[in-house]
Parts: sequence; C-alpha cells; structure tokens
Amino acid sequence: MLLNQFLILGAVLFCIGVYGVIARKNAVMVLMSIELILNSVNINLLAFSLRNGSVDGHTFALYVIAVAAAEVGVGLAMVLLMYRNRRSIGLDELSEMKG
Amino acid sequence: MIAADLLVAQNIGFAIIAAIMVIGALRVVTTSNVVHAALWLVVVLAGAAAQYVLLAAEFVAITQVLVYIGAVMVLFLFGTMLTRARIGVETDLNNKNWFMGVPVAVLLFATLAIALNDGFGDQRLPSDSPVVSTQQLSDQIFGPYLLPFWALSFVLLAAVIGAIVLSRRD
Repeated sequence: MLLNQFLILGAVLFCIGVYGVIARKNAVMVLMSIELILNSVNINLLAFSLRNGSVDGHTFALYVIAVAAAEVGVGLAMVLLMYRNRRSIGLDELSEMKG
Repeated sequence: MIAADLLVAQNIGFAIIAAIMVIGALRVVTTSNVVHAALWLVVVLAGAAAQYVLLAAEFVAITQVLVYIGAVMVLFLFGTMLTRARIGVETDLNNKNWFMGVPVAVLLFATLAIALNDGFGDQRLPSDSPVVSTQQLSDQIFGPYLLPFWALSFVLLAAVIGAIVLSRRD
C-alpha cells in the first residue's frame, strides 16, 4: 500500500468537510461537516503512525476522537439553546454582532 | 509490476471502501434531508473504521465504532429531533451563496494533492507490520502521554458541565 493513497483520501474528506462548513446554513449540518474534517485528520494520523512504526499517532487519534465527542456535546447544546431562543437554527440569522 | 501491485487484496479493499466513503461524504454535504445526512455520515464513519483496520489500528477502529457510530450519531439524531427538523426534504439547508464553497474546496484539494505528491510521491507503507496491540497503546497513554490524558479528562468534564448548563431550562 502506498502512503499517499491514505493521505489523498484524507485530503478528499477534508475538502468535502470544508465545503460543507462553508455551504451549509443549518447548524447541525455544519457540525456533521466538522466531524468529516476530524475523521480525515484521524486517517492521516494513523497512516503516518504506520509509516513511522510508532504508536504516537494512535494515541493522538484517540485524543481527537474524545475531543470530537466533547465538541459535539457542547455544539448540540448550543444549537438547542439557539433553537429555544429564536425558533430556528439558521446560522445566517446570528447577525447581532454585525457592524 | 505496478499492475500486479494494484491487485493486492488490501488495495482492492482500500479502493472499494474509499469510494464508498467519498460518495457518502458527498451525500452528507449535498443531501437536502437532515436525517439522511446523519445516516450517510454513519456510512463515512464506518468506512473510516474499516480504513483504520487496514492501517493496523484495531483499538482505534473499535473506539471509532463505539464513540462515533454509537454515541455521536445518537446525539446528532437527538439534536435533529429536538430542533424539530422536518423529517423530509428541506429546502433552505444551504446558504444563499453556497456555490462559493466549491472553488474553495477544489483549490484546497489541488494544493493538498500537489503537496502530498511532492512530499510522499511513492513511499510505501510497511506491509508486514504487526497490529498495534491495546497493551502498547495503554502503555503510551498512561506513560509518556499521561499529562494530555489528564487534560483531556478535564476537557470532557468541562464539556459535560457546559452542555448541562447550556441546555438547562430555567
């Protein structure tokens, strides 16, 4: 197996996730796109870990998974709060700080 | 010789799973139904777990299935239900200038692909490396990486408390 095939797969998923973050208005969909990005990072970490023959990448992949779980928990709590306050989770409506 | 290389079982498995993952990821960001997007995300996450197995990372693959497909997806489905997303096609999931995301993503991918090709052109992964055992991994986590592990437990604690405080109704 080439190293590059995993890295390119990670790059494809990363770019699709970036597109999702830019294009989506619904806050839950943006969180899903962020999950795609974090997964592509994990694939890269594990591919380099295998190439270097070390376990460090596995450790960091586990940490990334844990941080992603925390991020989704807090993110969805914020989305719920937003829905309760304004009956909608469209991110373009959060414009109070616009000059 | 290259053609023979391409037909290794691992490579065929990689190609099939990668194609499924890319299709699933595209559906996640293009579908107009929030529940469908969550279910396509399950496909991508399961494919990622399979790729981790190919990369000799059993424990991470199992953790991926438990945490992501088990817990995070349930959170997402709860989130869609509690915000009363329409179960069905929704028309305004995209920004009004969503098309700006396409050139950004394409340019980013072109840059990454060129950089990766330059940097790691035809480096091979070792094909006979042993699977990383859970014992090795725990020796790492509870040895040299103990401090980040500790910090991580505080992050999780703060996230739990923060989620409770944010979503409390009073």
